[in-house]
Amino acid sequence: MAAETLTAAEPAAPHGWDLDPVLTVEHLTMRFGGLVAVDDLSFNVGRGDITALIGPNGAGKTTVFNCVTGFYKPTEGRIIMRHGKSASEDAIRRLTETGEPWSESEDGAIFLLERMPDFRICKDARVARTFQNIRLFGGMTVLENLLVAQHNVLMAASNFTIGGILNLPGFRAARQAAIDKAVYWLEHTRLLERADVPAAGLPYGAQRRLEIARAMCTEPHLLCLDEPAAGLNPRETSELNELLEYIRGEHGTSVLLIEHDMGVVMEISDHVVVLDYGEKISDGSAEHVRNDPSVIAAYLGVEDEEVEAAEAAARAAASAAAAKGRAENGPAENGKDTP
Amino acid sequence: MEYFVQQLINGVTLGSIYGLIAIGYTMVYGIIGMINFAHGDIFMVGAFIALTVFLIMLAIGVTALPLILLIVLIVAMLFTSVWGWAVERIAYRPLRGSFRLAPLITAIGMSIALQNFVQLTQGARVKPLPPQIQGGVTLMQGDAETGAIVVQLSYMQIIIIVTTVVLMTAFSLLIAKTELGRAQRACEQDPKMASLLGVNVDRTISLTFVMGAALAAVAGVMFLLYYGVIDFYIGFLAGVKAFTAAVLGGIGSLPGAMLGGLAIGLIETFWSGYFSVEYKDVAAFSILAITLIFLPSGLLGKPEVEKV
Repeated sequence: MAAETLTAAEPAAPHGWDLDPVLTVEHLTMRFGGLVAVDDLSFNVGRGDITALIGPNGAGKTTVFNCVTGFYKPTEGRIIMRHGKSASEDAIRRLTETGEPWSESEDGAIFLLERMPDFRICKDARVARTFQNIRLFGGMTVLENLLVAQHNVLMAASNFTIGGILNLPGFRAARQAAIDKAVYWLEHTRLLERADVPAAGLPYGAQRRLEIARAMCTEPHLLCLDEPAAGLNPRETSELNELLEYIRGEHGTSVLLIEHDMGVVMEISDHVVVLDYGEKISDGSAEHVRNDPSVIAAYLGVEDEEVEAAEAAARAAASAAAAKGRAENGPAENGKDTP
Repeated sequence: MEYFVQQLINGVTLGSIYGLIAIGYTMVYGIIGMINFAHGDIFMVGAFIALTVFLIMLAIGVTALPLILLIVLIVAMLFTSVWGWAVERIAYRPLRGSFRLAPLITAIGMSIALQNFVQLTQGARVKPLPPQIQGGVTLMQGDAETGAIVVQLSYMQIIIIVTTVVLMTAFSLLIAKTELGRAQRACEQDPKMASLLGVNVDRTISLTFVMGAALAAVAGVMFLLYYGVIDFYIGFLAGVKAFTAAVLGGIGSLPGAMLGGLAIGLIETFWSGYFSVEYKDVAAFSILAITLIFLPSGLLGKPEVEKV
């Protein structure tokens, strides 16, 4: 998949992520009062891809995550999650018209995330996320953190706790399966020997790994990671890259990540979406984005005239107009980002 | 000595009832950070339901006391749970995202509404229940010469203490070991994160109210059997005492609620036994004030940790 998306960088050929997206964000707008944190944003996350969402501070990346995972209800726009074979535009349009949050067919299921409460986005649409500031259940043990993530499976198996109290065989099997799964992820995050330690007692890097392990215990189709490499040392960062590659390779889980560490982004991403002031300024392979003048301008803070000159040379006049609008919008959103 | 032992028994009995109610306060506080002021009245409703069932059973001629007790307990727990669930659903859930004081005010409103509802439907007079369980075990014989009194542990007291111990053990295990308990602890620590992991937080909160109400119903049954009279106003004082117990033990902490209930029960009984009955409430609340000065988070409460 990675090789395929890299070669698909030529403008004419359709990208892998447009052909078989697991998540489609369409015309997403999020306003906080007069502040526009995300403005008419559209992008695709390819199935089985590692997609990076990057941009300078306050660009609206975390707001996008919050909309996708149900933390915020978007002001406008549609967020489509697809399971299984890609659903036709027709099916999505029909679903949108019915007002239902999701529909199922033999090909798979489609979910309109903006219509679903957050626990259902995890439970049914199978989107999991981690946070920029770690949010573990500090008072619980490492293992318990992973069991909370399997709450729905265990709750169903225990017939809403009653079977659990009676310790019925069906529940015992489900419980063992849950522990096995937790152990599996603990092994892959090198936390197994700390399974019974309170999560708050783990060192920082281990807490980050535990968050990913916990998210994976919900068996997500899409894993959203908010700055997973923040605060990690180089060795831990390369371990993280391996873990993400493993998650994608072995479990076929699509990954959407926000990252500031360009080393991580360029190394593992199949697809990069760049935001600045809530608007998409670039979208393509890591190679494509790296050489995009508007991205360089956004990151290095080139003067407006230079941006215009560069963009006029590189791209159509339309994107230059967007850059001007962006300069007028002013800095924003940071602080609103994290609740 | 004999007098002391008798007071100890009485205090533990009273403390058990307070403890059962206090659990409802502490659990709700733990999970949504609000004081459910209507909880005392849920206890009162439980006592009234128990009385109704008792009288029905007596009227249709059921005489086997253990059977009556069992049915009364189950029916009271069931119906009171529905009341507890409904209170949460009607008065608290719609205000979930609102400012902190809003559910507190609806809680007081619910409390008044429940009191008045029972007053209107059941009348304002006290309702007696003929004593059902009499007799007891004599622990120490009295002695006329030394002035020692007879120390008696009544069967009713045994039932109250045993029921409380069994329920509290079961309950602690439920919280510590089961899926539901784990989900409750997760919601207590970070409801938003729990819901992002697929836990239905609203349902978990509802179940917390149901559990608290079920325990309050048991306390109501015990209160009815122990004192033999109830009225629509018993929920207020019992509620305030149980709330005090929860705060004394460290609000949010389950063992704290049990310990606090016991402490308040003992303080009250000993104060009335050795000093004056009139000032027993003053004593209980003074101890609360003194404890909170030196241990602001209560006896077993975790100190508030600043979130970074």
